[in-house]
Amino acid sequence: MKFGIEIVLLSVFAFAALVAAGFGVDEPFRRHMWVLFFAVAGFTAILLRNTEFKPAAPIDPSAHMDGPIRYGAIATVFWGVVGMLVGVVIALQLAYPDLNIQPWFNFGRLRPLHTSGVVFAFGGNALLCTSLYVVQRTCRARLFGGDLAWFVFWGYQLFIVMAATGYLLGITEGREYAEPEWYVDVWLTIVWVAYLILFLGTIFKRKEPHIYVANWFYLSFIVTIAMLHVVNNLSMPVSFLGSKSYSAFSGVQDALTQWWYGHNAVGFFLTAGFLGMMYYFVPKQANRPVYSYRLSIVHFWAIIFLYIWAGPHHLHYTALPDWAQTLGMAFSIMLWMPSWGGMINGLMTLSGAWDKLRTDPIIRMMVMAVAFYGMSTFEGPIMAIRAVNSLSHYTDWTIGHVHSGALGWVGMISFGAIYYMVPKLWNRHRLYSLRLVTWHFWLATLGIVVYASVMWVSGIMQGLMWREYDQQGFLVYSFAETVAAMHPYYVMRAIGGAMYLSGALIMAWNITMTILGHQREEEPMPSPVAIRPARSGAR
Amino acid sequence: MGLMDKHAIIEKNATLLLVGSLLVVTVGGIVEIAPLFYLDNTIEKVEGMRPYSPLELVGRNIYMREGCFLCHSQMIRPFRDEVERYGHYSLAAESMYDHPFQWGSKRTGPDLARVGDRYSNAWHVAHLTDPRSVVPESIMPSYRFLKDTPIDVKDFSTHLIANRRVAVPYTDDMIAHANADLAAQADPNADTSGLEARYPKAKIGDFDGNPQQVTEMDALLAYLQMLGTLVDFKNYDEAAGYR
Repeated sequence: MKFGIEIVLLSVFAFAALVAAGFGVDEPFRRHMWVLFFAVAGFTAILLRNTEFKPAAPIDPSAHMDGPIRYGAIATVFWGVVGMLVGVVIALQLAYPDLNIQPWFNFGRLRPLHTSGVVFAFGGNALLCTSLYVVQRTCRARLFGGDLAWFVFWGYQLFIVMAATGYLLGITEGREYAEPEWYVDVWLTIVWVAYLILFLGTIFKRKEPHIYVANWFYLSFIVTIAMLHVVNNLSMPVSFLGSKSYSAFSGVQDALTQWWYGHNAVGFFLTAGFLGMMYYFVPKQANRPVYSYRLSIVHFWAIIFLYIWAGPHHLHYTALPDWAQTLGMAFSIMLWMPSWGGMINGLMTLSGAWDKLRTDPIIRMMVMAVAFYGMSTFEGPIMAIRAVNSLSHYTDWTIGHVHSGALGWVGMISFGAIYYMVPKLWNRHRLYSLRLVTWHFWLATLGIVVYASVMWVSGIMQGLMWREYDQQGFLVYSFAETVAAMHPYYVMRAIGGAMYLSGALIMAWNITMTILGHQREEEPMPSPVAIRPARSGAR
Repeated sequence: MGLMDKHAIIEKNATLLLVGSLLVVTVGGIVEIAPLFYLDNTIEKVEGMRPYSPLELVGRNIYMREGCFLCHSQMIRPFRDEVERYGHYSLAAESMYDHPFQWGSKRTGPDLARVGDRYSNAWHVAHLTDPRSVVPESIMPSYRFLKDTPIDVKDFSTHLIANRRVAVPYTDDMIAHANADLAAQADPNADTSGLEARYPKAKIGDFDGNPQQVTEMDALLAYLQMLGTLVDFKNYDEAAGYR
């Protein structure tokens, strides 16, 4: 490959970053542009070193394009470990505040690094690589647009690097999960539209008449995230050479727009996209067809219609008008049904293959993911009821709820997909070790159980302490006393998170060794397949 | 099974699937968000609200930069315990000039919607410098560096102009005096009559105990000390404001 045009364009891009670093109107922006310059210039240097003037090998148009997916699988594991590590660090900061290192590593700057790291870097890369893997195999078509997939992959990594370094520099729009400033948002929009073109173009090229159900979910996720991202991030930059912008909306309107976005970042990024993952990888790993075709149609349309309405449940009893709060609550409760439709379809796909739970740790992981999906989509509607929310809002209960969904559902289904894909992508007979997958499974599961139950206790306890009156009608606890009461729970929560992180580290080791082509000598899983001598000796 | 057969049409046409799902996901947002911009009763009519003074706005930007909203809400709900702990429940009007809103979603620390005038400047400086020196139970990080960091602003009028473009009613007079007002608010010896006319109830003086320069600590305190102090609830009509 010569990368001629790419090198020229990247050099221009790097030069523009250098100019912006020189003429920026505020110090954080200038620093941020230096980061951009070194990232792009470094990438250009790598391309220059890899330039070959030999004629490129002809591309087989019927073969899958798996290069970006291999990179995506590695990026998923890498960012997963980074994001979870930052999570453990900020959990420890809450327990031991002396661990804050001002100004760059204070809790307030690291927390968006953790949320974006796990949601957009880990989850985003998992969605990106699995969606491209699935769409090619279910459409029997090579990815559309030549090197477009490489642009989407590297463009998305650049977005992650710019967002993450921006948070540490204090560059933020100050709204949860939509923190990146205007220029990073513009870049993500470009990458995202390219992703939509790539995905949709591949569907248009398909040789299968039907579009497989996993692709409906992936497509609705891509389109909806585009809509949410663009509308929620409308803002007015102070200068085109500065980092600061002011949101287009204010107060009540801004709050609802933000939670319309925020809740559907959960609904479409962390749910619809990962349901797409479930609809491909669970049937594949279980070697069973999807349980109900009809159920998948009904719950697909129901879930994408209902989810959008649920945002106002983040704003119960605030200055948002009551009618909007009531709508949000009602739709959140209705949402329970299509959510469980997805859970039932995922779990029942295993009917006739339940014995694999004993023998296949990857299936075990996927089933645990779907079980946690069912649990947290039941807990969510309950917390959206105003009376419950009056207690749970502003407390750790919300944090626990998010983590049972994120660690349990999103994390576990992604791990399962990665364990399924990696041996196939690198043409390995099997994973380095299935025993290590079992270790990962138990560490992760126990970690979530510790995390979620500790947060239930601390959240409900703090909510009750805030509203406790004595017999004379005085508030019993000062705020500071309720903070002190949280300490043991914050320590235990950090332990739960560390268990989950150690599971992810075991996965990173397992995946690395698999990619390098090693196989661990170990007692095989108690599988009927492994007992048969004819099969195990066949390859 | 007629309906299910018809669904096969969508399953075979990517354009229909794309347009169909886009239409389905837009409905909720249109019904819930769009009316907020048109219904008059979304924001009650109150007296006293005004745009932030330049120094307050610098402080608010520091509040956002440090992620204060991740642990401190600015939204008091209408419950007995919250009203007794923090003051009158928050009104929609009180965040009408907030681009973006900073209501927050977690109270690792207490609500700050009405923290203004509750503590002295010296207390705030001590608390931000070493939180556990004044609140032993606190788990807040130290923000000592704010005291040593002069505010990084060349021409702050550009920030007021950007706010005016998103409909904050900054006047030409306010924009013309932006930089002067910024310096005057933290200077105990300045003539602040113009500033006070433009931004009634603005807190004026040297906040951080260092009159030599305007630091980020000055700006943050100017913001914190005005939070929740603009609306005079003696004149607020509960019945008229009820929505």
